[in-house]
Amino acid sequence: MSTAAAPPPKKTNRIGLDVLSYKGSKTTLCAGCGHNAISERVVECFYELGVQPWQVAKFSGIGCSSKSPAYFLGLSHSFNGVHGRMPAIATGALLANCSLLGLGVTGDGDTASIGLGQFMHMVRRNVPMICIIEDNGVYGLTKGQFSATADLGSTQKTGAANDLPPFDCCALALQWGATFVARSFSGDKKQLQAILKTAISHRGLSVIDVVSPCVTFNDHVGSTKSYAYMKDHDLVLNEFDYVPAYEDIAVEIAEGEAVDVRLHDGSHLRIRKLGRDFNPTSRMAALTAIEEAETKGEVLTGVLYIDTGKPTFFDLLNLPAEPVATLPESRVRPSRAVLEEVMEELR
Amino acid sequence: MSTLEVSPAEPVCANAGRSVVNDFSLQVATVNGSGSQTANTVLMRAMFQMGIPVSGKNMFPSNIAGLPTWFTIRASKHGYVGRRKEIDFLVAMNAETAREDVMKLDAGAAVVYDEPLKLGDLRSDLHFYAVPFDKLVAPVCPDAKLRKLVRNMIYDGVVAWLLSIEMDEVHRALVKQFGKRKAKAAELNWGAAQAGFDYAAKTFTKTDPCRVERMHATAGKIIIDGNAACALGAMFAGVTVVTWYPITPSSTLVETLIGYMRRFRVDPETGKTTYAIVQAEDELASIGMALGAGWAGARSMTATAGPGLSLMSEFIGLGYYADVPTVIFDVERVGPSTGLPTRTQQGDLLSTAYLSHGDTQHPMFFPCSMEECFTMSIEAFEFAERFQTPVFVFTDLDLGMNNWMSDAFHYPEKPMNRGKVLTAEDLDRLGGFVRYADVDGDGVGYRTLPGTNHPKAGYFTRGSGHNANAQYTEREDDYIANMDRLAHKFEVMRSHVPEPAEETRAGARIGMIAIGSSDYAARESCDQLQAEHGVAVDYLRPRAYPFTTHLAEFIRRHDRVYVIDQNRDGQLLLLMRLELEPESISRLRSVRYYGGMPIDARTITDEVVKQEGK
Repeated sequence: MSTAAAPPPKKTNRIGLDVLSYKGSKTTLCAGCGHNAISERVVECFYELGVQPWQVAKFSGIGCSSKSPAYFLGLSHSFNGVHGRMPAIATGALLANCSLLGLGVTGDGDTASIGLGQFMHMVRRNVPMICIIEDNGVYGLTKGQFSATADLGSTQKTGAANDLPPFDCCALALQWGATFVARSFSGDKKQLQAILKTAISHRGLSVIDVVSPCVTFNDHVGSTKSYAYMKDHDLVLNEFDYVPAYEDIAVEIAEGEAVDVRLHDGSHLRIRKLGRDFNPTSRMAALTAIEEAETKGEVLTGVLYIDTGKPTFFDLLNLPAEPVATLPESRVRPSRAVLEEVMEELR
Repeated sequence: MSTLEVSPAEPVCANAGRSVVNDFSLQVATVNGSGSQTANTVLMRAMFQMGIPVSGKNMFPSNIAGLPTWFTIRASKHGYVGRRKEIDFLVAMNAETAREDVMKLDAGAAVVYDEPLKLGDLRSDLHFYAVPFDKLVAPVCPDAKLRKLVRNMIYDGVVAWLLSIEMDEVHRALVKQFGKRKAKAAELNWGAAQAGFDYAAKTFTKTDPCRVERMHATAGKIIIDGNAACALGAMFAGVTVVTWYPITPSSTLVETLIGYMRRFRVDPETGKTTYAIVQAEDELASIGMALGAGWAGARSMTATAGPGLSLMSEFIGLGYYADVPTVIFDVERVGPSTGLPTRTQQGDLLSTAYLSHGDTQHPMFFPCSMEECFTMSIEAFEFAERFQTPVFVFTDLDLGMNNWMSDAFHYPEKPMNRGKVLTAEDLDRLGGFVRYADVDGDGVGYRTLPGTNHPKAGYFTRGSGHNANAQYTEREDDYIANMDRLAHKFEVMRSHVPEPAEETRAGARIGMIAIGSSDYAARESCDQLQAEHGVAVDYLRPRAYPFTTHLAEFIRRHDRVYVIDQNRDGQLLLLMRLELEPESISRLRSVRYYGGMPIDARTITDEVVKQEGK
């Protein structure tokens, strides 16, 4: 009698979950859309780091980008809000429960146009969460209108040229005091993974602008956010490793010309300099690098800036460590004596 | 030589020789920013402390300093605290409005005025008392810079003498107003009040009929404004996330709340808060944060006024369709931003009932008193979580920013009920959940909170394009099922909202309906109609929308029903029409006032009498 061979044990991460636990529903975005690649990176990173999916809350606004949280981390709570207002929903939810790992996904229309004000104030408050801007320079879901990040002279599929200069979301975030600013390209798997992993460990707001070509409306000749343009003009600022807190740092990191940034949870971001003396802890250096690359027609990618010392919005509000949303009645309804004290003052 | 003008001889004054005790309106006309608020509050408090029912209404401009402002104190032995149109006693301090203010008075009224205004010759049918304020203030306030602020306290002394307000009570009120920390300021002001009193005693012969007498109608009572009462309600409801954007007249609701929360909601052991309060960048953000927090399980709120609600409209639709609880305080006022932002109105009813895109309907609570501002705020938080939807608490500038006498508030005895929230243990037991399934037949599904430590806790929240499982769908049957569930939920609310208050009179054939701050004028008008015209009127005050079945029953029992609206278009009446039978609609009559002042009883009475053909 033969016995069936036992199936090979499922590969799991450090908290015992397999990669399927990090996936979402099937994407409804176009085949080849940069956003799908970003979703895959999110799945990989959260799986590899062993983040518990139900500790994550996903937030998005409106647009193709904002649909994508349905396609990863299906076991997490998620709130698809209104156009441009992801930051408000996320801020409110995280204030209610500061133990959540907030993951916001927005697009360039969401962030740089209708929601520019909310984006700005989320940065100003340093709301501890990750904000991925899936940046393709167009409004995909309404069929290809220019967004505020479309480059000057960039053309639509119809041939119409954009005659307004773009906002650079990274430069804006830097000026408003962001504590983690990075740019990547949806086609650069390795870099995007390292950036996302770093952002997961950063205590503060992580702004990640990911150039993510729209294959349907903005991937033609004349577009500055196409796959072809990015392949030719992507200037990688720095190469780096993200080392999680639970790995042995000494073994993993090669010595040499490098900047080491220690993150709050004990993880390290180790950046190898590439020929230039770039300091990712200098806001001025980051702004200068962005400006220089732009004049050369290059798109600078990598970690532009990181500041691990600035207090978060939770610190400023003096929030307790546990979620205020679920504090027991005894801690949120003052006593009978308090009401009597107030009444006496009003008599 | 300073002129002394005492009233003309007796026969000229309509009510000379008559005595009007504890039943008059006193109005102080000043300039915004002149510090008159303290003097007015002290005057009102002194009467209150003498046991006399009082109310205070501040009519102020949308301006920081320099424009006219009027503060009206009504004393009423009968306990009427609504606005009274007629002014019996005027303190005219503002050169700009003094002539018009005097000309508007009914014959027999009294006028205390700043001597240089020379008002005494304007009319011969009033009682004039001229006071040289500048001359009196100099000796009691050596610091010239402070004189502008202190000089108002002189009229407190003058009025105290003229109305027989006890100076001991004026002193007590002053001390209470300034507190222990500002003892010096209290002392300075007390000197001014005494100077006014002494001057009046030495100079005047009392000729007007108004005066006060000690009563015992205010023992144990408090004086508070509606915004503070709502703030206390929110704190005792256990609110944990408050997001707001400044807008008159709602700003002081949150500002008062901040003060109380800092005192009473910080953990004494850790020094950490038990709440988050955020001044947002605009109303779009404040409502978004409130909904995000409600979704994540907090008792969340925002406070605003009409223009803010307009901005919040899109998000509120999302809250409705996605079943997200939050509480929105709307302190109504005249709109838009460049309308009359410091005047009162009940103008947001119709637009809020259906606020946002598509088929939306929202529950609204209508407190009318300080106690209800407190208790119904607590109820609103319970209701929002019970029904997982945005709930509106409607007050207005009159309720919210004016001073009202009230019984002391009672501690909420009912324990907090956080609604249908499943825990990790529940999920273990049930093996999962279907977010929008109508398990209990009330249209309200069970929800989980983000962060619940269970692999089956998560679900995806989006607008109306979802099925019962919270999955994306554009199928017509799914959409219809969801919309029907929401409509059913709204119908269920009808039997759970606060029930109306009702007052009946023997033999009444006509009825009156009012909500919120119209209550005072409406009830006083019912009394006037009975006393002056022998017309018995039953009264119904709905306390919430959706309306309960009491409304239709009340209308059926009466031949004609007068609906009181503080807006031009009769919004309360229109809202009622939408759900009444034609036969009931034909019995409705409209009484509307929309001038920006709180509605008064006389306006209602006159209109009802006219329509009744009396």
